[in-house]
Formats: sequence, C-alpha cells, structure tokens
Amino acid sequence: MHVWRQSRIRKKLPFAMPFLTVAMALIFVILSASPAANALPAFARKYGLRCSACHESWPMLNYFGQKFKDNGYQIMNDRDAPIWQNPSYWPVTFRILPIWHRVSTGKVAVDQGSGVTRITSSGFDLSGLDFHTGGTLEKNFSFYVLPSSDPNASFHFETVMARLDNLFGSPWLNLKLGKFELDNLLSEKRILTLTGNGGIYQLYHFIPVNDGNIFGQMGDNQLGVELMGHSYNDRTRYSAALLSTSDGAPGLIYGANSYSGFFAASQAFDAGKMGVDRIGFYAMLGQAPTTWLTAGGPNMPIGGSGIGNKSYHREGFVGQFYFGQHLDLQVVTQHGWDNAWFGQGYGDLVDQLNGQNNAPGTVLPVGSRAPSWNGVLFEPHYVYSPQLIFIGRFETIRMSQQANGAGYAGPAGPSASNLGNISDYTIGFRYNPFMTSRAGFAWHNEYNWLHQDGTSPTGTNINTSELLMGFDFDF
Amino acid sequence: MTSLKPVHFLNGILSLALIAAFSSRAGAQDVPDVGPHPPQPLKAMESHIGNLTGHSKDAASDYRRYCAGCHGELGDGQGENTVWLDPKPRDFTMATFKCRSTPTGTLPTDEDLFNTIGRGLTNSNMPIWNTFTRQQRADLVAYIKTFSPRWEKEKPGDPIKIPAEPAVTMESISHGKYLFTKLECWKCHGPQGKGDGPSAATLTDSKDNPIRPYNFAAGKDDSRFKCGSTNEDIYKIFITGVDGTPMPSFGDVIQPNDAWDLVHFLRTLQVNRHGKENEILKAAGWKIPTYVEKQSSTNPAPANQTTGGGN
Repeated sequence: MHVWRQSRIRKKLPFAMPFLTVAMALIFVILSASPAANALPAFARKYGLRCSACHESWPMLNYFGQKFKDNGYQIMNDRDAPIWQNPSYWPVTFRILPIWHRVSTGKVAVDQGSGVTRITSSGFDLSGLDFHTGGTLEKNFSFYVLPSSDPNASFHFETVMARLDNLFGSPWLNLKLGKFELDNLLSEKRILTLTGNGGIYQLYHFIPVNDGNIFGQMGDNQLGVELMGHSYNDRTRYSAALLSTSDGAPGLIYGANSYSGFFAASQAFDAGKMGVDRIGFYAMLGQAPTTWLTAGGPNMPIGGSGIGNKSYHREGFVGQFYFGQHLDLQVVTQHGWDNAWFGQGYGDLVDQLNGQNNAPGTVLPVGSRAPSWNGVLFEPHYVYSPQLIFIGRFETIRMSQQANGAGYAGPAGPSASNLGNISDYTIGFRYNPFMTSRAGFAWHNEYNWLHQDGTSPTGTNINTSELLMGFDFDF
Repeated sequence: MTSLKPVHFLNGILSLALIAAFSSRAGAQDVPDVGPHPPQPLKAMESHIGNLTGHSKDAASDYRRYCAGCHGELGDGQGENTVWLDPKPRDFTMATFKCRSTPTGTLPTDEDLFNTIGRGLTNSNMPIWNTFTRQQRADLVAYIKTFSPRWEKEKPGDPIKIPAEPAVTMESISHGKYLFTKLECWKCHGPQGKGDGPSAATLTDSKDNPIRPYNFAAGKDDSRFKCGSTNEDIYKIFITGVDGTPMPSFGDVIQPNDAWDLVHFLRTLQVNRHGKENEILKAAGWKIPTYVEKQSSTNPAPANQTTGGGN
C-alpha cells in the first residue's frame, strides 16, 4: 500500500513551499495512491470460506476475520500448516483498481489571474498495484509480504513480517518482527473508502501546520517488533510494539537512536441481539530526532545521524458498536501532542533541507509551544446484505494549542487558533455482485469532501472534494 | 381353436389392467420430475438453549455469510466449496449429525448443535465459530433445523447419562487396552492409534465419501477430537457413535466403567500429550501390563442409559 504523505504536504501548504508544487504533489498523491487494504482470497481458497466469513465487506475485517488474523492467519485446526495444501497452492493475491474520478481542489496558487484558483480535473485512472502474499510457513509460524507499487510500477515493501504464533501454546503470546501495520482496531489498511482524502483516516496521519514530526503517523506501517495476545475467543486483546522512529522507512536514515512504542488493548462484549461490541484504547509515544550532522553544508544532513531526540505522543479510545445485523458504528478518538521543537519544523530530514537552524545550541523563538490537538472520527456502516454496504464517515480534528501561540516572536508570527483544523466527510457504497471463496469484486462509489482551516496561500480555508467510481477487485 | 369364454375374457381384462397399472407406476418412477421447482418457503423454527430462544428468521443473513459457502444455500452440503473439501460438509437435509449427546440414530439436542458451532470440528474445514454471540448461535441452530422435516416429526433423543469418571490407574489403562483389542478399535484406528488400521483405507461415510479414522498419535496438549476435547467428550463419542460415519455406537456392548477404562487407554495413544494417563505410563516405564479378564463388571447397567429428561 502506498504510504500517504498528504499530511506532510499539508503542513507546508501556507508558507514553506511554492504552492503550485504542493498542489501538484497533492494531485499526484491522490492520483497515484492505491487503496490501503489487505484482502486475501488466497486465505479463502485455502480454507474454503467465502470472503464474507472474514470481511464485513472486504477488505474490512469482521470479528471472525480479526480472530483469524490474531491467530496468525490460522483457523486453529489441523489444516493450518501448508503441508495440508496442494503443492500448487500459492498464497498470492493481486489487487489493482481501475477508476474514474473527479478531483476539485480550491485556492491553488497559480501564476495566472489573481494567483489563486480552484483546479478541477476528472478522468479515468488507475490505483497502484499490490501483491499480497501471506499465510503460514508451518503451524504457528506465519508471514506476510506485500510489495506495492504506484501506477508507474515504482515498488516498495509495504509489509514484510514474520510472526511466531501461540508461543508456549498460549494465544496470549505472539511475537512479530518486521514492517507491519500497527494494531489499530479500525484498520486503515482495510479501509472501505478509496478517495485521496477519504481513503485514509486523517487522525492516523495528522501533522499540525509546519510541524516537523512525521513519525507519529500511526496509519503508516512501521518497522519494529510486536508482542500481541488475545483470549481464546478473541474477546480480550492487547498488543505492545517497539518501533524504530522512522515512519516505516528502511535503511536507518533518520535518528541515530530513536525508538517509539505503540500499545493497544480492547475488550469485546456479547451484547445479545445487538452483536459483539468492543471498546479499547491505544497509545503511541516515542522520541524522534530534531537535529542532524551535516556534510557539504547546513542543508545536507547525514542519514542516520539524527540526534536531539524529543518526545511526542498520540492516544485515544476506540469503539466498535453493532446495532443488530445491519448497522454498526466505528469510533476513534485522539489526543495528540508534539514537543515544541517539532512545532517549529524540526524533525524530518526534509525540514533540514528547508533551512531550519541546525547549529548546536539553537534555542527556539520566544513563545514556541508544544502543539496539541484533539480529534474524533465516526464511521457508520449499513450492511444491507453481505453483498451491499453503505459507508459514511465524519472526521474532525481541532488544534487545542498552536506551536506559534500568542506572543510568538518568530518570523511567522502567532498562528490563528484554528490553523490546520480539519473536517472530513465521506459517503459511499460498495456492491459485490457475487460472493465466492475465489475472488473479490466490488463496484465502488464514493464522495469525499475535506475542509481545512487557514491553509490556503492567502491564509483562508481550503475545500477539496473528490468523486470516485471504480471496480475494486482482487484475485 | 378354443372359444373365448367370458371368464377368460374377464381374466384377460383384469390382467391387462394390472399390467397397465404396474407399468404406469414403474414409468412414474423412471421419469424424473422435470421442470423448475419453486423454492419452498422455510418453515420457521426455534431453538432453545438454556434461557435463550433462537429464531430461524434471524439467522438467514448469518447463514448466507458464514455457512452457505460450504453447506449450501439449501443446506444440502453442496456449497460452491464442497468439491474442494475433505471431509465433505454436513448435509442438513438428512438431519444426521456426528456430535450428539443423544443415542445413535436420534436427533441431537439444540445444545449439541449450539456447542458444535462454537467448538468447530477438527480434522475438517469447520472453523471455531466462538466469535458469534450466543444469540447468533442459537438462531443458527434454529435455521439449520429448517432444512429437514425430521425436526418437525421427531423429537431429539434423550441425552445419555455420563457417570462420574473413576480415577485413572494402571489397571484401568490396562483394561482399556484389552477393550481396544477386543472391540477391534485397532482395525480402523490402528494398533498405535495412528488411524492406519487395516480397514482404514476402505472407510466411507454415509454418502460414500472416503473418510479417515481419527489419528490419536498426532495430537499434542491442544489436540481436539471431532466432538470435543475432554475425557467426557471421548466417553460420549463411543457411547453415542459418530452418526454418518463408520464409527458405531458402543452403548449396547460396553459397561460405563469399561467405557472409562477405554477412555484412559485412548489418552495414552496421544503420546505427545501431558496428562495423568501418560504420567502413570511413564512411571511404569511405558509398559502396560497385560489385563487379566475378570468374571464381570461391577456395574451391570448399560452405558447408553439416558437421563430421561430429553429436550
């Protein structure tokens, strides 16, 4: 899957870069991004189960699918080891999405006219291509590898992990090593929406305007090790992961010695005719570098030399509430906090190239504060049948403290209290004309509207919308 | 040339009529009922598990989502995956179930089906559906009952009575081994319980599909049997039999204490399992002394006696 950098782009919108470049980059990201999803008909083929057995609507997992994943892609019978499979069985699935979409972005900086205009474009397009392969190497040894490309076949490894399942015969001990999705109960990798802004959870990628901490994006797959456990029926779950603070980038290109942690736990309840409801919490906290050794000038940082670790954290609650067989509501909240250094743009290598003061002994401008924010997302689903699902989402993020607060003495001056606030609305439906254990196909329709406060070149608000239709299939 | 007398004429007419009648009946049997069959509306059914009442109408969506791929939309075990599965999925239209607490040939209790859904079936593709709510499982039990008219005409059998398990001793293990030989369990399950007895390759289920005997030796601590994992479950399996398979009921030929002895011996065939039986065997140097046959069992009651409560 593509690692979305939209939030990183968004934080630079007003000041840091020529706006046209940003807009073009935004459009490129929207056009090139593939939906983040893991749906593996190879599992259905292996076990002879319909997609609907594991997916509320693929790729989103239902409770049984979550248990299957938590067990290391095993249904915990004698057929889990690959020795039971026909030797020709190859657990590979590919996914690509032909689409038509219309993208409209407001207040883009241009050379012509008043210098700011709305750009609207439409046409037929492609997503990127994903090659999913995963399953068991042996009973209680599982793996997942996901090479992913953009529409121009530029590949990266989105997921590479191996997992020791049910250590000492206990479902409470499972150890995973590699690059993997964090244990987000509402998984962005299995999101049901596909547009540029609706195809991600803004909460999972939010970065305040001009903030340099790209490392707290819990929607991005991360490099690390995870200990995860669950009860026999998966009602109770926990996970604890130790991560390199690199936002999943391989090669030790960021901090010299920076680590983060991600912790999650949840409990499900039998709510009778309502279904199985679940509540939980998560927390991501860690340290990330702010300054770098350089070679060839102050704007030439040496990869892997990042020092001056500063802290950050994200935490919140998650709820999955089912109201009978047809209606459910997914809820995620978040409180985020970054150290004041990040608020001034330190953190990312890219920011170093933008001329941040990298000299030892640097002090922050008077009035620099640690940016913080609060957000929530509501995602209701109406499952008319296993073949037809209607999706909605409302997501909002509000800054509770700007990095450049009142009295800020830096060159940019104090920020408006609402700078960077986001409201995001998405509606859509997916129709699966057939249900088998061999392949997935969905006719996907979606509309997304995103509102950002104060991030246009003129300091006013920006509205972006996208209409998308496509055939989402995997085999 | 003889003349056609009236009695002969009547005989001839009668014979022709009889021939015609049998011929038409035979013809009706040969010619299939061609043409479309309109779908029969499913009769609403209920299940009762404790204080839960399941309703078939509430399980239609779940059955389609989770079950129909193997068991078929019509419950006939002919889902689109059936051809790939071994063993084949249960045909609910026959209302023959492997895992019961009731005597062989009878319908299971609602609770039996409820437990099977939540437990899954090892050595098959039937998952452990313990992610469902209890209500969902109860509704699915009711839905399964809509596929066969047996559920309208018959009542479930009375659950068998399982006496308390006696202590595991070397004597009980030894006697169990004796019974394993005497009852010819080894012919299917093999001398070491590896499922490789001389008859194993010839076994088929009630629909003539090949079927393998259970391999006791393959299991470890987490091993499960088709119908459970506890000693009580093993006891129940060979008292009730596994209907639809060659595994018969031994309820009429074995006494309760003997049945428990057999359970204790079967546990020793699970050589990788940690349990009381293997501890005793290990202490004895992995040798089971030869059993000396006694005159009779202390308990004359048949093992398939029921509680009389029914469902």
